[in-house]
Amino acid sequence: MNTDTDSLLRKILTDVLGLKPGQADGFAADTGLFGSLPELDSMAVAGLLTEIEDRLDIVIDDDEVDGELLESFGSLLAFAEAKRASA
Amino acid sequence: MTPRAWPCPLAVGTAEAHALTFDDFRRCRLLIVPALFDEANRMRRFTVEVMRRLDGAGIDCVLPDLPGTNESLQPLERQTPDLWREAMAAAAKHFRASHVLGIRGGALVTPPGLPTWHYAPVKGGSQLRTMLRARILSSREAGRSESQEDLLEQGLTHGIELAGHRLGPEFIRQFQALAPAEATVIDQDVLGGSGLWLRAEPGEDRAQADALAAILTIGIKS
Repeated sequence: MNTDTDSLLRKILTDVLGLKPGQADGFAADTGLFGSLPELDSMAVAGLLTEIEDRLDIVIDDDEVDGELLESFGSLLAFAEAKRASA
Repeated sequence: MTPRAWPCPLAVGTAEAHALTFDDFRRCRLLIVPALFDEANRMRRFTVEVMRRLDGAGIDCVLPDLPGTNESLQPLERQTPDLWREAMAAAAKHFRASHVLGIRGGALVTPPGLPTWHYAPVKGGSQLRTMLRARILSSREAGRSESQEDLLEQGLTHGIELAGHRLGPEFIRQFQALAPAEATVIDQDVLGGSGLWLRAEPGEDRAQADALAAILTIGIKS
């Protein structure tokens, strides 16, 4: 179905976090995202969410954004896949 | 690189404004309209790096302040996108620009009438949404619950402070519906890296600055 969600999300994280090409390939479901990157302030998180909306063509409700969503790569991917499936 | 003053039109009268220039009285002269708000900070160094390369390629460049931003003494909350576009048109005239580049949200207020490039342009509504969301997230951390609809309504009625920027009702009204005018678009893809406005901190990227300067030089000199 949305088999490219995974690779699109890795690309977005590469861009937003300024990772080297290929570095995000090593992300597993339990790879921590924002808990382990305290320099990401609310503006950076907001930019990330807008970027996800634009590139995955989904709309993220602000009520859906909480610490859990951005805790790990797996939680963010599951959220994005569910959003695309229902879009 | 020389700081220069120029007469900037305001809603009423004019005021002296600041611009960063590489000016050697050359034929090709590029006016650069900077990225907006928090993106302005994250893109400033990259913008100046591109200017240094264009200077080396024989192109004069000028990077004026938008009224109410950077070194400007004007209150931001009295500005509107229309006033910004008029200010940039005045800067183009004062510095005798031959070409224009708008960066990100700067593409929304490039002046008409000159050959124009837009680098990674963004719609006003999209940038506004990101700023509203940032405010909602930081308010939530402080234990306050806000919604985009309520904040937008508040902005349109009384003005609103977003990410430290105090914006007036008329600014919000114009900005939320604003899309870049016709121009040659330079997408981020062709620069071979990820956009520096996405990063949490200001950064730099030599290869991207080389690529953008090369694209502009070829376009301006052809």
